[in-house]
Amino acid sequence: MNPHLILRVVSKLLIPMIVVFGFYVQFHGDYGAGGGFQAGVILAVAVILYALIYGMDAARAAVPPSWAKWGAAAGALLYMGVGVVTLFTGGNFLDYDGLHPDYAHRAGQHIGILLVELGVLMTVVSVMLIIFYAFAGREPDMSDEEW
Amino acid sequence: MIFDPTQILDYTLLVLMLVVGFAIVRMRNLFAAVMLTGVYSLLCAAWFVSEDAVDVAFTEAAVGAGISTVLMLGAMLLTAREADPVSVKRHWMAFLFVLVAGGALLFAVPDMPVYGSIEAPVNAHVGAEYIARTPEDIAVPNMVTAVLASYRGFDTMGETMVIFAAALAVMLLLGFGGKKKEDQE
Repeated sequence: MNPHLILRVVSKLLIPMIVVFGFYVQFHGDYGAGGGFQAGVILAVAVILYALIYGMDAARAAVPPSWAKWGAAAGALLYMGVGVVTLFTGGNFLDYDGLHPDYAHRAGQHIGILLVELGVLMTVVSVMLIIFYAFAGREPDMSDEEW
Repeated sequence: MIFDPTQILDYTLLVLMLVVGFAIVRMRNLFAAVMLTGVYSLLCAAWFVSEDAVDVAFTEAAVGAGISTVLMLGAMLLTAREADPVSVKRHWMAFLFVLVAGGALLFAVPDMPVYGSIEAPVNAHVGAEYIARTPEDIAVPNMVTAVLASYRGFDTMGETMVIFAAALAVMLLLGFGGKKKEDQE
């Protein structure tokens, strides 16, 4: 008999909603509160909740640590890569206006902000997971008495 | 003026934060102390919302109450469950430091601008400029995002690099990858 049946059922319902909310915060950051940092933390929390309820091995299988390792570097590179691309479009470093010809609607700014926030998201999710995996992986899962 | 409901809410939240802060200091059970730091962050986030700083409140709730509580729990699992009592002498030294630091802060309070004043440095210089120019420069409804990602793109890049460096440091210090699995086999 599973000792954490209620926790498992509730978290199974909650985790997809947390992930959707994370993406909402990410892609609605232009219009409301939120952005890459907050969304990254929310997405990482979804994985951490999964790890707390179902154990570290299940979480490692769902989101392999190597993804986090690559994701952290890829996010940082994406951010700086946008800066380098803007240099080639005739602007300053991280001056997004040249990214899209539609200057009247500031489309370049929107694309630049979206890409940069995506880089932040990737780095933040990955870094939070790296730190969590590194800390939590040192100790076997919490025993049932400690709940 | 003192009966303004939002002001009463602000004072209530600040008093609650003070109470939780004292409770954390007095607590000897580390599990309860970690949980109370999460409560403290939530109260802090609620206070930020009442001050109209929703973006900051969001970050405080997600990072302070969510991630750091979990990381502190993970760290606590590696140590004891109860803190050792501290000797009285040490208490007095700490009290002296707190007294001096608190006195210096109180000494600086009269120099601070009035809360919400339009002459305060935050509202007078670049802040006003950003608010005036964001609709035509960036055309993004959320000005916090415009400042964060476009006007101050350099700063945000630096923050991303700091977080990346933190992960590198953790990986170098604690090791990373399927170490635990290798041990089990």
